[in-house]
Amino acid sequence: MSASLTAILRRDLALAYRQRSELMQPMMFFILVISLFPLGIGPNPEILQKVGPGVIWVAAILSSLLGMERLFKDDYNDGSLEQVMLSSTPLPMVVLVKVFAHWLTSIVPLLLLSPLLALFLNLTQEMYWALLLTLLLGTPLLSLVGAIAVGLTLSLNRGGVLLALLLLPVFIPLLIFATAAVEAASLQLPYNAQLAIIGAMLLISLAMAPFAIAYALRVSQN
Amino acid sequence: MQFDNLSAFFDMGGYAFYVWLSFGVSLLALALLAVDAVQQKRVLFEAVKKEQARKVRIKAAQASAKSNTRNDPQKEEVSSES
Amino acid sequence: MWKWLHPYAKTQNAYQLCERLLPWFVTSALISFVIGIVWGLAFAPADYQQGDSFRIIYIHVPSAILSMGAYSAMAIAAFVGLVWQVRTAFMAMVALAPIGAVVTFIALFTGAAWGKPMWGTWWVWDARLTSELILLFLYLGVISLYASFEDKHQAGKAAGVMAIVGVVNLPIIHFSVEWWNTLHQGASITKFDKPSVAPDMLWPLLISILGLALVMAAIFIRRLQNEIVRRELNRPWVQELVSAAKEK
Repeated sequence: MSASLTAILRRDLALAYRQRSELMQPMMFFILVISLFPLGIGPNPEILQKVGPGVIWVAAILSSLLGMERLFKDDYNDGSLEQVMLSSTPLPMVVLVKVFAHWLTSIVPLLLLSPLLALFLNLTQEMYWALLLTLLLGTPLLSLVGAIAVGLTLSLNRGGVLLALLLLPVFIPLLIFATAAVEAASLQLPYNAQLAIIGAMLLISLAMAPFAIAYALRVSQN
Repeated sequence: MQFDNLSAFFDMGGYAFYVWLSFGVSLLALALLAVDAVQQKRVLFEAVKKEQARKVRIKAAQASAKSNTRNDPQKEEVSSES
Repeated sequence: MWKWLHPYAKTQNAYQLCERLLPWFVTSALISFVIGIVWGLAFAPADYQQGDSFRIIYIHVPSAILSMGAYSAMAIAAFVGLVWQVRTAFMAMVALAPIGAVVTFIALFTGAAWGKPMWGTWWVWDARLTSELILLFLYLGVISLYASFEDKHQAGKAAGVMAIVGVVNLPIIHFSVEWWNTLHQGASITKFDKPSVAPDMLWPLLISILGLALVMAAIFIRRLQNEIVRRELNRPWVQELVSAAKEK
């Protein structure tokens, strides 16, 4: 069983590597959105520092939504998803591996870009560490919960906007706790509590989301 | 009654605009919802009736087509609909 | 209880049950809603702090409570539908969603109209207003997901999954927003946080909650009937139903 799972992981990573330019697009979107904010708000470093965490998180959520749709789309279109469903490997496990591969290939690059953006928005070093930690804990949560909605909208032709409509309200708690952690860090306060809550949400979604995603895929495959 | 007279009631202690706006919009929204529910039923039944009538027409047309009505153009049209 | 409930999973029986219940619900809804509203507007005492603007409570609180109640009911229907494969449950969910959205809108609107004289602005990012706004988004998400599918059977399942995701999230959203709110703006708004309500204010409030619940139930019953007919347009029993209605 684990052999087939590693095979799926390797296949997804290889596919992602061959579509590098497509993976670049959400990243460029991320940078562009964030560089729009200083232009819109004004270059005052203090204001930028104040809105920075929120801006980075909102931009991260939006750009992860952009890349989310390709999570199952190609597999659905070429029929390989159906083959996987028919195989003896449990679908929730397969789904978990696929979400992990997607997170590695399209979210981790965003994390790697985050130091640059912290510089853009004049974040202090404490704030940056808090931001990185919240992103590390929070973005897998984005991918897991997002994959449920991706599964549901899979058979629709124009699911893109609908996906955002479905997911943005669901992501609000994450946004609140993550930005609060960074804000606490900017005041030199401990932010373990916020991280713990995000971690708890991640664990809950890790336990439940794979089954919901698997069910959603079955609904879409009909 | 908490109010001395009717105009005091409508004035709502100076908050007339907000109170009546809230209640007005709320009742309007609920009324629209109720009207829509009733309307939908009528529309659906209307559609079913139309479909039934169409089936009856088709059957009649087929029956009359069998019993040799070639030179009646009007019936020809109806049967071609099916 | 299952033996008693099970026949109503069949759409025809559910439709007939609705038909029998509807007049009772409509009359009791009208009576209790009118009593609650008139009592609240004209006979309940005014609040010593807020005067008569406080009377908005008789529509605001019922709609706020029932907007959440309707969402839970929707999620329970979705759960029943997904677990026991009951088609009627999906129809109930679909029939409930727009009602819930409208009631959420009412809660938001009356909240804003109450906030204007009390807080001086139409909108503050008060915890309860904010979570109500998010609740509205969740409703709209379920409705638009359902509307996007051609195949309504599939649509029901998909919207059901989304409704359950929403209901798992709802408490998290509520507490996170409450916590966020206390973090960002002091306790300036909490000054009328539930002073123990006097009984002559509480009774009309309870009756208007009951009244709104019954109004929603009555609309729900009719919408459920519509949904059943819409899905089963060509079934013989619907055909007979319509012909019977024609003869009347």
